[in-house]
Amino acid sequence: MADAAFTLTGPGSRMSPARLTAFISLHVVVIVGALIMFFPFLWTIITSITPGAGLTNAPSLIVENPSLQAYFRLFQERPFALVILNSILLAVITTAVQLVTSSTAGYAFSRLPFRGQTAVFAVYLATMMIPLQVLIVPLFVELKTFGLLNTYLGALLPTFASAFGIFLLRQAINQVPRELDEAATIDGAGHFRIFFSIILPNIRPALATLVVFAFMGSWNSFLWPLVVLRAPELQTLPIALAGLQGQYISDWDVIMAGSVVSVIPMLALYIFAQKYVIQGVASSGIK
Amino acid sequence: MSLSSAQTSLLDKEPGFRHHPPVSDSASRSRRIKYMLTVLAFLLPSAIPLLMFTLGPMVAAAWISLTKWNLLLPPTFVGVDNYTKLLSDPRTGDVFLHTVYYIAGYLPLVYIGGLALALALNTALKGRSFLRGIYFLPVITSWIVVALVWRWLLNPSTGIVNTVLGFFGIVGPGWWTDPVWAMPSIILASAWKDLGFVMVILLAGLQAISPDLYDAAKVDGAGWWRRAVSVTLPLLTPSTFFVLVISLINGFQVFDQVYAMTGGGPAGASQVVVQQIYDLTFRYGRAGEASALSWMLFIVVLAVTVIQIRGQKRWVNYG
Repeated sequence: MADAAFTLTGPGSRMSPARLTAFISLHVVVIVGALIMFFPFLWTIITSITPGAGLTNAPSLIVENPSLQAYFRLFQERPFALVILNSILLAVITTAVQLVTSSTAGYAFSRLPFRGQTAVFAVYLATMMIPLQVLIVPLFVELKTFGLLNTYLGALLPTFASAFGIFLLRQAINQVPRELDEAATIDGAGHFRIFFSIILPNIRPALATLVVFAFMGSWNSFLWPLVVLRAPELQTLPIALAGLQGQYISDWDVIMAGSVVSVIPMLALYIFAQKYVIQGVASSGIK
Repeated sequence: MSLSSAQTSLLDKEPGFRHHPPVSDSASRSRRIKYMLTVLAFLLPSAIPLLMFTLGPMVAAAWISLTKWNLLLPPTFVGVDNYTKLLSDPRTGDVFLHTVYYIAGYLPLVYIGGLALALALNTALKGRSFLRGIYFLPVITSWIVVALVWRWLLNPSTGIVNTVLGFFGIVGPGWWTDPVWAMPSIILASAWKDLGFVMVILLAGLQAISPDLYDAAKVDGAGWWRRAVSVTLPLLTPSTFFVLVISLINGFQVFDQVYAMTGGGPAGASQVVVQQIYDLTFRYGRAGEASALSWMLFIVVLAVTVIQIRGQKRWVNYG
């Protein structure tokens, strides 16, 4: 087991008093830490069900008159249902397209050697270092020229290829044994068939990681949608949330209700794919 | 091996294919073309968007940075005026200083916190994966939500933090409404969000360390502390290096949480570089200057990253 780093055996009879103290205090520290980390979420939920929080009513750990009023206000006074649909739509399309562009590029860099491949791959990776902010002005002008401001397509186009996704899937495809392709080649399979019937089924965990990251990137993205989607009916969640601040300056229950609503879909996806997410972050960190 | 001849001609590696007997000229030509088309078919779906929406705009930004432009009237060429103007403007120094202040506060917090957590959660702890999940939760939350939640927690009059401080007889500061406390508020919220990410990277690094090394150290009589200093930390340097590179790249680009927590205020106290780029473009209509500042930022990030990559030999142990 790799966990041997600081192994403390379970609290059995063989444990010395000193080790038992270490064992218990470690648990206490980590659990208290987790409570502190979780507290902002808890407080957000509490605030969202405390009517008039921030104005007339100070929220407390035990809510006396819990109410979903803030959630109703969110959906009645603001087009929040529409905003959520917009966010889902953009995230689903971004994710689907990134799955295609990342897996094909990953295959090209892993399995299709060509002259200048290393240089092309370096350029791909370098795009990870270009801050979106550098591109904001020219992108804005470009999409204005194409007449794509205030359209979903305008919001989507710059998200279609992700250097991170390409890198992730190339690493995964590199780990698929080449003998599998060779066997298929002997059976007469071309690259497209190898890609679909051998590579893709073998990199499912990496694809799942990419789904979570692409979805999360789109779901949480702020600056580009803020710039390109100016019409209120096109707004996505983060922008609508930032807007709540101006509209409901001290109606913290409404603002926190919006926050809760925006976290839930991402949380569901995360729980569904938790082990892949953590694996994915980890494998992007070590070579 | 139907593609071997095409690969021989196009490829320099793959020694196995190199000395393949040549096929007839026209057949090899058509195979080569077919192979090239295959490569293009796999590469173009990603190459086209990258060229059109990343590399192209990058070059365009360089040109825009040499013009005076309000996004409405046609741009006029002004040479390097924007750069000289920015370099002589004290506000440019301020926004870079604020950004460095952010990084200097944020980086030690997430690294030390992330390391402590990774070490703790790498032990045989009960409910370990559940705890990891809790610590990772802020990572999946959007910056806007993080900013809103922390604005509320740190609300000077009704926020829970000042309420609790008041309970102990301490008058809490004005947090994001106070020029002195605005940046610390942003740093606190950001560290909370990214702690889990750093933890996971370092955990992966810890798990890659062979247990044999610890056994060997134990045989040599090394205690817990000694093992941490002589085995864990040196072998964790690759992950540390990765955290450092990523944190600095992201740190220089800090924007969402600033925009939503303080908007750069109060009185410009938390105005960071990207907030300034945004304001120059969309509030003041000075796109040329904004592009020049963007390029200055890119060059700084590039330089910092290259220096780190150059310097890694001195301290990163790829043992």
